[in-house]
Amino acid sequence: MNPLWISHFTVTSSIGCGLGATLAALRERRSGLVPCLFDTVDLDVFIGKVDGLDTVHLPEALTDFNCRNNRLAFLALNQDGFADAVRAATGKYGARRVGLFLGTSTSGIFETELAYRRRDPVSGALPPDFDYRSTHNPFAVAELARRYFGLSGPAAVASSACSSSAKVFASARRMLAAGLIDAALVGGVDSLCLTTLYGFNSLGLVSPRACRPFDLARDGISIGEAAAFALLERAPNELPADAVLLLGVGESSDAYHMSSPHPEGLGARIAMHDALKMAGLEPSAIDYINLHGTATQNNDAAEAKAVCAVFGADGVSQTPCSSTKGATGHTLGAAGSVEAVICALALQNGLLPAGLNTREIDPSLGVNYLLHNGERPVNTALSNSFGFGGTNCSLILARADRP
Amino acid sequence: MTLTAYLEGVGLLGPGLANWPTLRAIFSGAEPYRPAPTVLPAPALLPAAERRRSGAIVRLTLATGLEAVAAAGLDAASLPSVFSASGGDGENCHAICAALASDDRQDRQISPTRFHNSVHNTASGYWGIATGSMRPSSVLSAFDASFGAGLIEALTQTVVDDTRSVFLACDTAYPEPLNGVRPLPDAFGIALVFAPQHSARALARISVTLSDENADRLAEPALERLRLSIPAARGLPLLRAVALGGEHDVVLDYLDGTRLSVTVASC
Repeated sequence: MNPLWISHFTVTSSIGCGLGATLAALRERRSGLVPCLFDTVDLDVFIGKVDGLDTVHLPEALTDFNCRNNRLAFLALNQDGFADAVRAATGKYGARRVGLFLGTSTSGIFETELAYRRRDPVSGALPPDFDYRSTHNPFAVAELARRYFGLSGPAAVASSACSSSAKVFASARRMLAAGLIDAALVGGVDSLCLTTLYGFNSLGLVSPRACRPFDLARDGISIGEAAAFALLERAPNELPADAVLLLGVGESSDAYHMSSPHPEGLGARIAMHDALKMAGLEPSAIDYINLHGTATQNNDAAEAKAVCAVFGADGVSQTPCSSTKGATGHTLGAAGSVEAVICALALQNGLLPAGLNTREIDPSLGVNYLLHNGERPVNTALSNSFGFGGTNCSLILARADRP
Repeated sequence: MTLTAYLEGVGLLGPGLANWPTLRAIFSGAEPYRPAPTVLPAPALLPAAERRRSGAIVRLTLATGLEAVAAAGLDAASLPSVFSASGGDGENCHAICAALASDDRQDRQISPTRFHNSVHNTASGYWGIATGSMRPSSVLSAFDASFGAGLIEALTQTVVDDTRSVFLACDTAYPEPLNGVRPLPDAFGIALVFAPQHSARALARISVTLSDENADRLAEPALERLRLSIPAARGLPLLRAVALGGEHDVVLDYLDGTRLSVTVASC
């Protein structure tokens, strides 16, 4: 593929609002995971919560969209001058030439969960102030962004569970390559809700502690909420010194099971392999892998097998890797974009971010899992995102000035 | 900027519409349209355990997708896919929200199957299990614009990645009380197989561009009601042009303020 310039990006999660706070938290190895105090949830789990979302106000013209998920998206869009960058791109290319591809898994379903508590006792109807289209429907956050920025180009929400906001990079790449658009606003947002907290709990996949990816004693995920956004443009001839490029995207399906990964990580392997092929890179050219690394027994084992198959020899991979979910929690549909932005920060700042909470790396996994931050040039990074339904997506990002 | 690909197979299921030949006969004037509740076939291709767990949207996409792929004479395992739906499994969503509205911790213990069927990509996941396809699958929603969003996604995949692709637009109804806030009268789905180059399989050449024009309406009132009431049915004018043969320009509904202009030329 022709490299795409990730000209602007931003992230907001439990470890901080915006790039500066996020980078500081990564450097200081600060986790955002805390014991769950959310709504009426009575589960002994940890969550990554973004503080202050109840006091975020949407502009007057967008109040129909008021719900936790959209407030989080709006808060994040307005960090790091990102909204101004979108407006500048719209001015430069035209509103119809900017595509909009956002990922979410649960959208504003928390609003529906709350509305179900207020059903009419006689008719069972939802309360009249409940707005399905602008809160619950998966497209709601894209419609919010479309209205906020006045965009009129192609728009869609990708909702493929935990690969959602990695897959949007794939959609944007194709739209740019087809010549349908000149820039794309991509990203993802997911917010805390009862569906995922109780749902993952019913599957026995939630840890009672802050999650410990790739640990011998890993015992499940910690759910987090986050939003991250990026602006993609065709790479011009002249780029800033620390410019970050999207070099490759790999996608696959497990065709195996709805909630368990392929035990040999076959789908994950295809996704990583195809991303490398598109980027024109050998596995040895990758400096850092941001693992999907959810901290469930099966997910981490399958991903490790896939990493070793692609990057390793004799079942062992030396490529430095970590899961940043020990810091942010598993931000589900937002994870793909959150972790792409973390990779961009790693590339720009020469930081190999360590995995948090993990004490004793599971020796059977055979990967070079980072327990300490590394400060050194990082030229290329691969980010994995896998999800329910057997959906897999790998992204490769790189410094434009890499040797 | 125009996207061009070749249509090689069509699958269809909706109210009073058992398959693509039924609708083709209606559009060509050979048969009248007789609305009747959509009949969703059992998903024979799924293993027994998955068959029991599958909801309406899984049955709908398997029926339409397999019809389209068979009509094109292809193996579904070889095709990347694009699923587009306004919402997911509505019955399942209602059951989860009802359970979670309880104050009782026990009542909130939704079943693992309910939870993994709650993802928007449920149909895509079961499609992979049923067909064995490990190819990429995009799963989209764009509320009422879901047909157009999926069509563009599938066409860009076909053109840019130079591959055949199957596009499945599908919507199923919510039960009450969600039906009250998002009324969708019945299940409806369209599946289209696209190819990047012309071949003996091609039914029609499809060229799509963004447009400001108003969306075409259908003359038959019951079909027009269907078009307006279910997002996936926004694709009906495209199918009418395919059924009529020859060359036609149609405008499909898409986003507020943005439509799709489509030229359909039979091959």
